[in-house]
Amino acid sequence: MHELSIAASLVELASQHAAEHGGARVAAITLRIGSLSSVHADALRFSFDIVREGTPLEEAELRIVAVPVTVWCATCQTERELPVVQRFACPVCDAPTADIRTGRELDLESIELSEAALP
Amino acid sequence: MSDAQPIETRSTQPGGNQTPRILEVRTKILKKNDEIARAMRAEFAAAGVVVVNLVSSPGTGKTAFLKETLTRLVEGRIPVAAVVGDLETNNDARRLAASGAPVRQIMTHGLCHLEADMVQAHLEGWDLAALRYLFIENVGNLVCPTSWDLGESLRVALLSVTEGEDKPLKYPGLFNTADVAVITKIDLAEACDFNRDLLRANIEAVRPGIPVFETSVKTGTGIDEWMTHLFSRRGGQIR
Repeated sequence: MHELSIAASLVELASQHAAEHGGARVAAITLRIGSLSSVHADALRFSFDIVREGTPLEEAELRIVAVPVTVWCATCQTERELPVVQRFACPVCDAPTADIRTGRELDLESIELSEAALP
Repeated sequence: MSDAQPIETRSTQPGGNQTPRILEVRTKILKKNDEIARAMRAEFAAAGVVVVNLVSSPGTGKTAFLKETLTRLVEGRIPVAAVVGDLETNNDARRLAASGAPVRQIMTHGLCHLEADMVQAHLEGWDLAALRYLFIENVGNLVCPTSWDLGESLRVALLSVTEGEDKPLKYPGLFNTADVAVITKIDLAEACDFNRDLLRANIEAVRPGIPVFETSVKTGTGIDEWMTHLFSRRGGQIR
């Protein structure tokens, strides 16, 4: 359940940004989570619901964008999306590749601030 | 992940009454950990110390493997130290200290992985410049430690012959971020009908080109090869 640690970091980070921009509350946050990041979206949502209590994110909507794994194929000279993460090879020409371009993301993409004041 | 939604791209309208303001922050969620790890990596590089992060399931034999490695380094008069993470007890630190190397235990009290600030706190008072190698034995876990950078120069994924040849396929996240794979307990291979070619093919599938060592601390198999690989690593290398 390392998602709890990740959720705690997320709430801290988003609260800081909100405070720096004079936002009292966060309406929504958008994350980008790569399929190689070892983070499970449901476990993250569950953890987020626990750690956000009493923070500016208390009512924030959590949006998660799944990022597929893409690799660079040196043979085809192009970026390819992997259909599975059990085989790091070009899905077209089958050349093995360890050159990962996307899929490890664990990013806070954006924060939507609410203009509604705190009660 | 089933509930993907597009990223909103509405622009900021400061004059709008109830218009939401969007901050495009594009930051790593573990930014704080990454910043500490980056500072540690720079400090390790300046000190010329090679830092090795050992990751595996509980029971793979990380501690036995590390103890053998430390013992050989100490016998060779190569300055080395280790920190070891566990949920509870300092048993592993005591086992490792028998090698003669300085060892510190990090007790996480339930946390399933080590984070950069925990390692940093446990290095206090050690003269890094006097060390050639520093080992970090992570908490036994194949999933959670993957996300936390500890400033290491080398991440080693270990698995034993008893764990199943498809383990790299089940845990691609870890094997994919590893620089070296170590197979432990190779002396038990026959007893568990271990399929060497299949495991090696699975490791290669998730991490093409990764160096693999087949080892046993009981018989000494493969330890020389591992030590030679370790000696080829120089402090200041950035992974």
